[in-house]
Amino acid sequence: MTQEVKTYTVPTMADMAASGDEPEILFWVGCAGSFDDRYKRVTIAFVRILNHVGIKFAVLGPEEACTGDPARRAGNEFLFQMQAMANIQVLNGYNIKKIVTACPHCFNTLKNEYPELGGNYEVIHHSQFLQGLINEGRVRVKDGESFKGRRITFHDSCYLGRANKIYEAPRDVLAALDADLVEMKRVRANGLCCGAGGGQYFKEPEPGTKDVNVERVEEALGTGADTIAVACPFCMTMMSDGVKNKNREDSVRVYDISELIAQGQGL
Amino acid sequence: MEIFQQILFVVALVATAWYITKRVRLIARAINLGRPENRFDHADERLKTMLLVAFGQKKMFANPLVGVMHFVIYAGFIIINIEILEIILDGILGTHRLFAPYITPVYPILIDVFEVLAFGVLVVCVVFLCRRFIARVSRLQAERHRELRGWPVSDATIILVAEIVLMVAFLTWNASDSVLRDRGVGHYGELQGVVPDFLISQYLKPLFAGFSDTALVAYERTAWWLHILGILAFAVYVTYSKHLHIALGFPNVYFSDLQPKGEMQNMPEITKEVQLALGLPVTTGADGSQVNDNGEQPAEVGRFGAKDVQDLKWINLMNAYSCTECGRCTAACPASITGKKLSPRKIMMDTRDRMEDIQRGWQTHGNDYQDDKSLLGDYITAEELNACTTCQACVNACPININPLDIILQLRRYRVMEESQAPASWNAMFSNIENNMAPWKFSPSDRFNWADQVNEVK
Repeated sequence: MTQEVKTYTVPTMADMAASGDEPEILFWVGCAGSFDDRYKRVTIAFVRILNHVGIKFAVLGPEEACTGDPARRAGNEFLFQMQAMANIQVLNGYNIKKIVTACPHCFNTLKNEYPELGGNYEVIHHSQFLQGLINEGRVRVKDGESFKGRRITFHDSCYLGRANKIYEAPRDVLAALDADLVEMKRVRANGLCCGAGGGQYFKEPEPGTKDVNVERVEEALGTGADTIAVACPFCMTMMSDGVKNKNREDSVRVYDISELIAQGQGL
Repeated sequence: MEIFQQILFVVALVATAWYITKRVRLIARAINLGRPENRFDHADERLKTMLLVAFGQKKMFANPLVGVMHFVIYAGFIIINIEILEIILDGILGTHRLFAPYITPVYPILIDVFEVLAFGVLVVCVVFLCRRFIARVSRLQAERHRELRGWPVSDATIILVAEIVLMVAFLTWNASDSVLRDRGVGHYGELQGVVPDFLISQYLKPLFAGFSDTALVAYERTAWWLHILGILAFAVYVTYSKHLHIALGFPNVYFSDLQPKGEMQNMPEITKEVQLALGLPVTTGADGSQVNDNGEQPAEVGRFGAKDVQDLKWINLMNAYSCTECGRCTAACPASITGKKLSPRKIMMDTRDRMEDIQRGWQTHGNDYQDDKSLLGDYITAEELNACTTCQACVNACPININPLDIILQLRRYRVMEESQAPASWNAMFSNIENNMAPWKFSPSDRFNWADQVNEVK
């Protein structure tokens, strides 16, 4: 039995610079995208899309380090700036101009907070990047899995939405899937946090009546959707945990928008 | 008799002006406790924001029905000020409806508009009381929000009842005045043929039909005095009340943050330290200014982050005085929604309470008085601060662009950098970032391992 074997490549900046080459974009993977088992699959899905459409990209690989976002928001400005300046030295050393990332927290920090410390780049969130590819017709979601008749609801990430006013790009990406998009009650600027931002991901929540992710998942399940689409590694974990908390993991799945596109393309 | 009323009126007016000036100076002094922060840039963008958000009340219309009701009170408040001008001049000069003979064709139209607005304000205030006490809108209930217990609820009720009383006084004053005019009593009769019946108060005239002339004059005078003294008292009261937002809402929006909501303000004093630690050329001074070629920039580094109101920026303090405690921030806060102690409204109210305590200290012990309290610890607790997800829902929800998150983050900085008081798991996260370049304890050399799986079948 023969099977067509696709081969995907992941060039690093070091290799590219060594051969005197420059990428079109730097893909900033982020800590979750590098280490979190679930989000690694998102990283891989996005890399496969980049390969498939023939974008010349590179990653920093072992040279990448945490942007410092969780440290800064927890109050540790020293640590944040140490991380930021070290990262800026690496990025500027490679003469990086354009960065794409699948993490809204990395996106916000690189875009809004690095310039003041000497790091000026064009920073794009992967939802915007995918929207661009779809608009240019470079991504067609007809070759893989069909989404016709499936109900998908999109959970807005605070650092993508309210923080940077990106509401439509991820929805446009989902619209390309030809699925049935349903909205929760609290969306866009009124979206409810997944409960993980501002360093919450790294500690137990304060005592309360409920966990934030459970409240949000109840709202998502209320739409009758079988798929909760997210565009952030923290939201991914929080929504998945919330679905498990409600014992709905058999019928409801949480996917990143790039995974859905990759599935739609048969990648 | 007439001259006695004029003297009394001028005394009331001057006393009000003197007292308000005193209050404004005290509040300005408290706001100036804050650290400097340049909010005088981008004048056109700021003006545009103020026109849309403050004058246009753009964010109030997020809920159109409430938006319309608030707009009625707001328009009533602004436009009725024109009518107050006539009342004040009448009071000083001992005249009656001074403007009427000079702008005869316009006068009744003006008063009709005022009456419609006054009636609108009256209705809306009743609806607002019903929302608080009958419909029991969640964000306004003291049982659910501990920051509202006591004074804040009384304050809100006093304001609504006072507005109702003022509007009733205004409408019945016009009605009794019209009856006196019809009967041709004294100077009231002089307005026969000059001033007609007004749109709303004409329907109140039958109420006064049974009054004797003397009783009617007494009512007219009482209503007139109640209305104007009520307004003067209200102006003083506002400086103690959450209703200061009617004045500070406008500058507060003008000076609002123009950065993207997700951007946290940089600390230049730390940039310098980090640049020295990393052996990089120092580019910023402690005050954020560019340093000269020698790299010298002498500047005093104060606290890292904020412990008390003096460590916050003046705009944070103006925010606190502008807050009208509507609780839209708290209603949108994920921590608050899920029963945690954090309430963004409480953060703003605590900040104002702290400043009012400082003011009381000044007044009783002199202007150099300092107590041993601080905003962090005595008013706002670590548990509240730690619960914040920095999601910016509170910042988005505020109708006048108040930023509770900015205060929360500055207090967090103080706890972590000055007191080393982060939760244990945050300290673990910090040390992981420091040692492993990721918030988790993975080897940095494993960071690229995911690439091995990129060709594996899903």
